Amino acid sequence: MIELCESPIDVAAVLAAAQSPQAGAVVLFLGTTRQFTDGKETAELKYEAYAKMAMGELQRLAEEARTRWSLVGCAAVHRLGVVPVGEASVAIATSSPHRADAFAAGQWLIDTLKDQAPIWKQECWTDGSREWIHPGAPAESSP
Amino acid sequence: MIVQVQLFAAAREQAGTPAAALELPRGAVVADLRRALGEQYPQLRPLLASALFAVNAAYADDQTTLDEQVEIACIPPVSGG
Repeated sequence: MIELCESPIDVAAVLAAAQSPQAGAVVLFLGTTRQFTDGKETAELKYEAYAKMAMGELQRLAEEARTRWSLVGCAAVHRLGVVPVGEASVAIATSSPHRADAFAAGQWLIDTLKDQAPIWKQECWTDGSREWIHPGAPAESSP
Repeated sequence: MIVQVQLFAAAREQAGTPAAALELPRGAVVADLRRALGEQYPQLRPLLASALFAVNAAYADDQTTLDEQVEIACIPPVSGG
């Protein structure tokens, strides 16, 4: 299960996609909208993607994870549009016969997704300002 | 030749359009595109310095050759997750 969605992530469905009688371990990672960052309060996050390429990259990362670790199941879902505080923007579930592979693959998948998938978040602060997050680029903000 | 470049996030907002049309010489590569985009939209230059480009929905390098048929996108530093 590799998906981009615009509504709340169905976490039970992501878990179900990774679960299997062949797996003795299932690891679920959720990335959620944090209320405070460096003392500033977030009202909500807004995500945008180059959807066609993001889907391709997620597929490619899932395939690479399967070559690196002994996985039974591997699922990744990223939500786009507005993600309110406390809700999940990304869910990754991995399963393996023994837990070490599922943990390692899950960590690698979220780290690599954040580094490579063409998806962007915009911080919408409670003071009304907005800011696209482009790590390493000069700071930018617009009212 | 005329190529279309898809723009996202701050690049889209700074340029004021989700897609830019650029005139490039035949045989142009990604490095030429980066330069032309900065000339047409000077406000994009700071972001372009750290942006990547995708050709046919896969990351390309500065020497990747372009033509009118390929799908091109400007990928400023990503922040999904």
